[in-house]
Amino acid sequence: MSRLSLDTTTAAEQTASALYQSLQLRMAAAPTASCPVEIASAYTHLCHSQSCGKCVPCRIGLGQLENLLEAVKKGEATEATLDVIERTARSIKNSADCAIGYQAAAEVLRSLVAFRPDFENHIQKGFCSAPRQGIPCVQECPAHVDIPGYIALIADHRPTDAVKLIRKDNPFPTACAFICEHPCENQCRRNLIDRSINIRGLKSYCVDKATEDIFPMDKMAPTGKKVAIIGGGPSGLTTAFYLELMGHDVTVFEKRKHLGGMLRYGIPSYRLNRDNLQRDINLILDSGVEVHRDYDIDSAEAFENLKNEFDATYIAIGAHSHKALKIAHADARGVLSAVEMLRGIGDGNLPDFKDKKVIVIGGGNVAMDVARSSIRLGADVTIAYRRRQEDMTALPAEVEGAIAEGCHMDELMAPAEVVVDENDQVTGLKVQPQVIGPYRKGRPSPRAADVPPVVLDADIIVISIGQSIDSQKFEDAGLPRQWDQLDATAETTFEGHNGVFSGGNCVTGPATVIKAIAAGKVAAANIDEYLGYDHKVETHIEIPEPLLHDRVPCGRVEIKERPIGDRKDDFDDVELKLSDEEALQEASRCLRCDHFGYAAFREGRQRTW
Amino acid sequence: MVKITMDRQEMDVPAGTTILDAAENHGIHIPTLCYYAHLNEIGSCRMCLVEMQGKDQLVTACNTKVSEGMRLATNTPAVREARQTNLELILSQHRVDCTSCVRGDNCSLQDLANNMGVTSQDYEKELAAQKWDMAFPLIRDNSKCIKCMRCVQVCDKIQQLHVWDVLHPGSESDIGVRENLPISEVNCSLCGQCVTHCPVGALSERDDVPRMMAALADPDVTTVVQIAPSIRAAWGEDFGMTPKEGTVKRLASVLRHIGFDYIFDTSFSADLTIMEEASEFLHFMGDRPDDNLPLFTSCCPGWVRFAKTEYPELLGHLSTSKSPQQMFGAVTKTWYAEKMGLKPDQIFSVSIMPCIAKKSEADMPSMTREDGTPDVDLVLTTRELDRMIKSEYLDPRSFPESELDDPLGVASGAGVIFGSTGGVMEAALRSAYYFVNDKNTDADTFKAARGQDGCREVDTEINGIPIRGIAVNGLGNARHLIEDLKAGRRQCDFVEVMACPGGCVGGGGQPIHDGEEWAARRAPTLYNLDERNTIRFSHENPSIKEVYKEYFGTPLSEKAEAVLHTHHSAAER
Repeated sequence: MSRLSLDTTTAAEQTASALYQSLQLRMAAAPTASCPVEIASAYTHLCHSQSCGKCVPCRIGLGQLENLLEAVKKGEATEATLDVIERTARSIKNSADCAIGYQAAAEVLRSLVAFRPDFENHIQKGFCSAPRQGIPCVQECPAHVDIPGYIALIADHRPTDAVKLIRKDNPFPTACAFICEHPCENQCRRNLIDRSINIRGLKSYCVDKATEDIFPMDKMAPTGKKVAIIGGGPSGLTTAFYLELMGHDVTVFEKRKHLGGMLRYGIPSYRLNRDNLQRDINLILDSGVEVHRDYDIDSAEAFENLKNEFDATYIAIGAHSHKALKIAHADARGVLSAVEMLRGIGDGNLPDFKDKKVIVIGGGNVAMDVARSSIRLGADVTIAYRRRQEDMTALPAEVEGAIAEGCHMDELMAPAEVVVDENDQVTGLKVQPQVIGPYRKGRPSPRAADVPPVVLDADIIVISIGQSIDSQKFEDAGLPRQWDQLDATAETTFEGHNGVFSGGNCVTGPATVIKAIAAGKVAAANIDEYLGYDHKVETHIEIPEPLLHDRVPCGRVEIKERPIGDRKDDFDDVELKLSDEEALQEASRCLRCDHFGYAAFREGRQRTW
Repeated sequence: MVKITMDRQEMDVPAGTTILDAAENHGIHIPTLCYYAHLNEIGSCRMCLVEMQGKDQLVTACNTKVSEGMRLATNTPAVREARQTNLELILSQHRVDCTSCVRGDNCSLQDLANNMGVTSQDYEKELAAQKWDMAFPLIRDNSKCIKCMRCVQVCDKIQQLHVWDVLHPGSESDIGVRENLPISEVNCSLCGQCVTHCPVGALSERDDVPRMMAALADPDVTTVVQIAPSIRAAWGEDFGMTPKEGTVKRLASVLRHIGFDYIFDTSFSADLTIMEEASEFLHFMGDRPDDNLPLFTSCCPGWVRFAKTEYPELLGHLSTSKSPQQMFGAVTKTWYAEKMGLKPDQIFSVSIMPCIAKKSEADMPSMTREDGTPDVDLVLTTRELDRMIKSEYLDPRSFPESELDDPLGVASGAGVIFGSTGGVMEAALRSAYYFVNDKNTDADTFKAARGQDGCREVDTEINGIPIRGIAVNGLGNARHLIEDLKAGRRQCDFVEVMACPGGCVGGGGQPIHDGEEWAARRAPTLYNLDERNTIRFSHENPSIKEVYKEYFGTPLSEKAEAVLHTHHSAAER
């Protein structure tokens, strides 16, 4: 008998591990529309199954907690049950010996708070008021684009129809093909099998293959109603497009030289080239929208005049001002704001960064845009961020892209002071190294490390810590604000201000383009209704029947990029297109949740809005 | 056309056909349970699974369309196993109480279990109970519900009242009244379409047969029964009789045998309704309200309940004439009682109706006499009638036909077509024409009112005045029309609404043929009776002449207003 042996994995252990992995996939695709009480109960059951059985709170307590939650779920509980649940969970949290027990109870306590109305509804009324499952990708898309519909059209070799169908809900298919953050992919049911469908990749494929751009529906008869849109970005142009199709007379007032808003002035062309952006804008303009460029509604009075002249007004000015960094010498020569720099590039004025040392402060998508643009302008780029790289809010692909193109990542470095020479010219950035620490508001927060600050050399510093909104004039005109955000309702309206609507970044603060488009769509519907109409946007395209092959695990096709050496010196597209072969395979992976599952019964395809 | 192979049989099938239809058209029968054509094609029960070559997973025949080269097999070991397992799973949540179930002899679930030879079960029973107000005319037994979703769909899509809902997602998934509210508190019209669309015994009408039998057994009461027009087109179906065999005259003999004292016809009081409503309409045309909205019929209690919850502002536009059932009840306990020398409380007045809402109509306080007794004491649906006959062990075929009793058993053809969508409007126009012109037009002048479409328009003129009538059936269609009328998108003078698709012939109290709509095949029976009737105008019915001569004088007289008219109040349902 040997004294020691190496651990081996039994087939049973391997299968158990596979079950856990499958559970992770299942969780990744968890339908948001589940009964909260049942989820809490099932979660407790799973945690209980992990108990080793040594200690009372976890061995017995989690089981009893589950019994109580089951009673609520089944409508057999009373208000008193909730108190017992709370006491039990609190006791387990405070008394369990190891994390298997106390973490489980902590989560139950948390869900008890968050789901209180649901728990009470089960007890008092005996039904579950949680929303029902629909088509996951469509539900997750803020603009509710008919994703299974257009994927089916791609699979049916009909890319032009696919793009036409997208335009029913989103007039920026080309722009979104490149830069949408694709929340649609998050809860793709395909995650249950392997990985989500590459929805953005397919969109990019079909806009590339489409032979023409067509309106999603014929223009309706003129109504004679006049609508003003302040701001020609994605939100404003979306509203303008649909209102024109509904027969209204729309005029867009754009402060800058070109239309497109942040799509032009915030997103560099290597991510979204100007021809592609213009393609969407051209079709929007073809609908008959009148545009005044270089036209700033610059005061409360100007706004009032506009409001009086038009039957309805939509404010979609975005978030184009920069947030200042409050450190010494932040206004020195050589310090730029990200919005300022990208705006210049958007108007075609490329700054001279050749062989300059550039430090970008920030960890969001805009910081990555600035960093990667600087690389293309010939700079040596460092990204200084006060948290860890994994804490950055930028999409991982953007961060990876920046690093791949040669940006240096200086994580856990908090800017302390801009270092200047006698001419107030930047020479460096003094940063305080940080240590990552406990979670605050769901994110680990950094604190100053017990080491002295260091100075990083710099010729240029670009501050990218967020954008603000130029909304003072609207408050002067009586519209409510929260900080600098216009305080519009979810219907894009303001109480007591009939005929004034607002949406997009100027209401939400800096957010994704698809959210801005969604706001534009909501505004279009509600403005139409406000004007006394019920025009329906509808695209007459028969959606192909689902393919009937078995859905067996199959790798997800990813979008390829141009080689780094090739792309990092120009502002041309970084991304390549899927091939026909790749796109058709990817489209065939779609599980068609519009046909299979609950959507066949309810919460299915919305053909009109 | 696409070429497919099913069970080794090659078929050319039109593109767009489902596997189920393709099979049916080629003599291959695939079992279904939740499926209801054009209404519920959601593939939830998994009974219609078939095997497709090249695919491991089975596919549902009901909502999968054929495609070129498809090779299908409908009876393989995998198919049989999956169907049988799923059937047993359904049965594990179904209270199998077939011997004492109202659908014991007409249940699709039972048929499937019998056909598939399910004689034992491997699964634990999980029966979910729900409380129910057993006094309500519509009864739901949750422990029998198989969650096929048909009731939800018919109430959502056809009637658009959204009474039924899925109360829970997940493991507690359950059907019930929206938000788990008491059924009497929601806007249920009592149309009963959920009952006729239920494949099992989860939904039914309140069983009033025991009360009926008690009344028959009481020697001190005189039982008077009225038979609604549409009953004659349907009552025999449960006995396998054709419309020619299952006549109202044969039913009269059966009812006499059971012990009813007087057998009358609701078509008589339909004629009476026409006298009042047509007169009311002519008044209405002469003194049109400013809103330009039309006069609506009020003979369908499902529609009236709908109007009370959904469009209370329209109640002033509903005809104040009572429905034929209630006119009959009122006349029976006034004129007829006097004529027969009976006290009203000695009469037990029964109606046989294709309808569940009629039960609640008869129970309304406004339909009750001053002495507290109702004008109509009891309402039986066609299904209850048939159950009553069965419980007496009678073979209706062996009964000869016999005449209904005088005078309330005499009806015109106009009164008979009341049982079909468009019939009320057609009958009313026939008499309105006469009232204005003092002469009859051809009885078929207004036949544009006939048909099964959800909404039909009749443009005509009486004495040079153009009149547009619209007949609408199905409450979703009614809602659509009302919205159009209110928005000024459509205009008309008169609207006939029947809550059930096809009208009373498709009523929620009629015999159930699972998965099939029978309104269109029952309606011709009524139109044939009208055509063969020597009296085709309500105003020519001799009994109608008699009742006006002896009792009411003229339509809309003070007495007629008191006995034959009502006030619609949203507070009373």
